[in-house]
Amino acid sequence: MKAFTTLNGLVCPLDRANVDTDAIIPKQFLKSIKRSGFGPNLFDEWRYLDHGEPGMDNSVRPLNPDFVLNYPRYAGAQVLLARENFGCGSSREHAPWALEDYGFRVVIAPSFADIFFNNCYKNGLLPIVLPAETVDQLFKESVAAEGYRLTIDLAAQTVTTPSGQSFAFDITEHRKHCLLNGLDEIGLTLAQSDKIRAYEEKLKAEKPWLLA
Amino acid sequence: MTAQTLYDKLWSSHVVTEEADGTVLLYIDRHLVHEVTSPQAFEGLKLAGRKPWRVSSIVATADHNTPTDHWDEGIKDPISRQQVETLDANIKEFGALAYFPFKDKGQGIVHVMGPEQGATLPGMTVVCGDSHTSTHGAFGALAHGIGTSEVEHVMATQCLVAKKSKSMLVKVEGQLGEGVTAKDVALAIIGKIGTAGGTGYAIEFGGSAIRDLSIEGRMTLCNMAIEGGARSGLVAVDQKTIDYVQGRPFAPKGENWDKAVAYWKTLVSDEGAQFDSVVELAAADIQPQVTWGTSPEMVTEIAGIVPDPAQVKDPVKREGIERALAYMGLEANTPIEQIAIDKVFIGSCTNSRIEDLRAAAAVIKGRQKAGNVKLVMVVPGSGLVKAQAEAEGLDKVFTAAGFEWREPGCSMCLAMNADRLEPGERCASTSNRNFEGRQGQGGRTHLVSPAMAAAAAIAGHFVDVRHF
Ligand code: SF4
Repeated sequence: MKAFTTLNGLVCPLDRANVDTDAIIPKQFLKSIKRSGFGPNLFDEWRYLDHGEPGMDNSVRPLNPDFVLNYPRYAGAQVLLARENFGCGSSREHAPWALEDYGFRVVIAPSFADIFFNNCYKNGLLPIVLPAETVDQLFKESVAAEGYRLTIDLAAQTVTTPSGQSFAFDITEHRKHCLLNGLDEIGLTLAQSDKIRAYEEKLKAEKPWLLA
Repeated sequence: MTAQTLYDKLWSSHVVTEEADGTVLLYIDRHLVHEVTSPQAFEGLKLAGRKPWRVSSIVATADHNTPTDHWDEGIKDPISRQQVETLDANIKEFGALAYFPFKDKGQGIVHVMGPEQGATLPGMTVVCGDSHTSTHGAFGALAHGIGTSEVEHVMATQCLVAKKSKSMLVKVEGQLGEGVTAKDVALAIIGKIGTAGGTGYAIEFGGSAIRDLSIEGRMTLCNMAIEGGARSGLVAVDQKTIDYVQGRPFAPKGENWDKAVAYWKTLVSDEGAQFDSVVELAAADIQPQVTWGTSPEMVTEIAGIVPDPAQVKDPVKREGIERALAYMGLEANTPIEQIAIDKVFIGSCTNSRIEDLRAAAAVIKGRQKAGNVKLVMVVPGSGLVKAQAEAEGLDKVFTAAGFEWREPGCSMCLAMNADRLEPGERCASTSNRNFEGRQGQGGRTHLVSPAMAAAAAIAGHFVDVRHF
């Protein structure tokens, strides 16, 4: 997994609540058996004026000039600012894959849907929960000032604005450790194989039907 | 010992190790697999030279991409076909307890197939790379959706890295009215708590109205837990649960059966167990529900009207409603019963089991679909449901009314195959998501129960099935 330590990134504000994973990456792109290449189809139905299908040359498709991701001032954004319940709906990990492939490393919102939130960490994408008032303030500041950037420091667990104002965020020790070091979680778990086997031995004795 | 919730019991009995911050390795008993969220996981295993930890935990099927007609012609879309064939190849290479491939008679939507095969059992931890895995909580199993990295993690280690959720009890007491179904209960709950109301929680559904539901109704309810934000929904085990499981292909047999039943009977929340949150609804207040917007919480009763955003103070909410009405092509204050529809979809892991099809058929017997309704698709949840429905003659009832009787699969629930809405088309659907573009780009989805969908097909617009 890609490590995440610090980032100073351009902010793109997406001012909608309940953005679902169907919107982040529509189903037709889920037919891919690969893990990469989803970036050009991130927010496909909002971003383009035509209907997108896998295999199209996205560089020649008509862009929707009213969709925030297409504003020239947000080109190269790495921090997505969002509203409540971001990432609700389907469990598709293609959603964080698409965000990451597009270039986002951080998503900040007042709340996230559980499965999406979890999926982000597996892909070096950092989801940050900040209070609704704070997110509101960041929305206002990022819309007002072109080139608005935030600094995210994972070790210190802070988000810092251009004026130097800092906001703390929460993350579990386990996730922080994995993300900072870009660790392979499967390898970590397999290091505990003897404990998993001991659990299975107990299971065999107590609930034999489960291993039958 | 302190009183425990059902969730506490299921959680603690599956903890392999626990770290200081509460992160645990949670043992996974059953891993359901489908073609969309598994290819990258199998590839990850291959690249790392790893093998599945316990192949006998895996039960797989192809459902999302499979067509619902002309099976003799195979899967025409080459990209869909490649995905299904990739699953075939992966199962062949890695193995599984059971695989129900395209055209197999046991094939079906993963959340219909699992329970009907007895692959989902009370007390299990069940995962699948699919958010509607919450369905399996109807059996008193701890079941939730996971992402593809976690699919790979479970395959390689039989464990999930997880943290315990908070617990919520949603209690529905009393008797549901005639014509009011589990789907209406689910939508009414989401209308009350919101699509994020259950975020961070495992929801247990309790109360006399839930105990009165059939197992299939409980599956419908738990299926929609994720639409209320909760990764898992639960219903306590009772005699109905045990009766449903008995005799199914992968259910325990003989001595194991007796042992299992003795254990399953303990899978209830203890008297006096504490929940972090409790929500109560009176069953008698719940009316048939219809969604009007682009999120399952945008729902009202059949006698209701489309809301007026001008009446809403919160600016984020107001804009959300305005955008939803624009997308749905609806005017504020329109009575729900005046909304005419173009298509009807009866199917999906929410409502494609035999009881759902019986309920739909009962409404339409001897009637014809309305002239303005272009297409009514009835898509059974699995090959076994299809066979059962045909044995009961339900297919004849549907086709006589001008409905199409299709092969099993996810179909127009998410429109990954050829079944979809055209831009602007309005659909009464028994599925679980009315998101923008879910059933086809520009398509407009209204979520309802099977009986309400069938009634709408006959009337040409939404109508109260109780006066139908
Ligand atoms: S029927 Fe719909 S919700 Fe259920 S598994 Fe298939 S696509 Fe997902």
